[in-house]
Amino acid sequence: MVWILPVLAGLALAGSASGAEADVIKVDIAKMVYLPATVTVKVGDTIEWTNSDFLAHTATDRAKAFDLNLPPGKTARLVIGKAGTISYYCRYHPNMKGSIVAVAK
Amino acid sequence: MLTMKIAGVAAALLLTTGMANAQSTKPTDPQIAHIAYTAGSIDVKAGELALKKSKNKAVRAFAEDMVRDHKAVNVKALALVKKLGVTPQDNPTSQALTKAADTEYKSLAKLKGAAFNRAYIANEVAFHKTVNGALENTLIPSATNPELKALLETGLKVFQGHLAHAEHVESTEK
Repeated sequence: MVWILPVLAGLALAGSASGAEADVIKVDIAKMVYLPATVTVKVGDTIEWTNSDFLAHTATDRAKAFDLNLPPGKTARLVIGKAGTISYYCRYHPNMKGSIVAVAK
Repeated sequence: MLTMKIAGVAAALLLTTGMANAQSTKPTDPQIAHIAYTAGSIDVKAGELALKKSKNKAVRAFAEDMVRDHKAVNVKALALVKKLGVTPQDNPTSQALTKAADTEYKSLAKLKGAAFNRAYIANEVAFHKTVNGALENTLIPSATNPELKALLETGLKVFQGHLAHAEHVESTEK
């Protein structure tokens, strides 16, 4: 289940973003989890988090490069600037964890 | 003293189980909604007290999380009971919870500085352990309305996070 979701999301994006240089990769936050928990992106892509919970969340980089507030129902975006693996979490609910694997274009 | 107060909350929630056994009926949805809302309000109040009294950064951050999350869950719970046309029903478990929490609040209010921080966090650990146990073992299994059950399940996930957070603060702020 967890494994199928990222694949489906990936396919949907590939379809909608044909020809575009950079993609927007969507991460949903529902019931206290990031979905998908791990995303693989290219440098220059944008990650868009949407908080579908009724609770406030954040997407906060463990290396402190970003700290995005995500009030209920809101979205926040981040452009990935360099290759590498980013581990992030929710400051309010530190048991919520996600990661971004960014590869060179 | 502290142990006694924690035991009070535990006893209050045990009533829920007792109630279910004695009458061989589970708590009803209106009672469950009332218990969950009461527990949430108690924690909001304790968090607000901590924000008034504590200067410790980790304790304040934790208290802010408690106020924000428990308020959000209770707003959601109120909206749900309204939508379902359910009137939350007062019951012995809610009453015992409130009584134990009032005693605890008064004694916390007398403490200062590090003593307050320690007592507040220790109470939060115990409170979340007890509430989570009650949710898991009694309230969620007893809830009949699927939306109420789903909200309680989300609540349990949130409160498990709170417990981990409280235990973390407890272990680092000694």
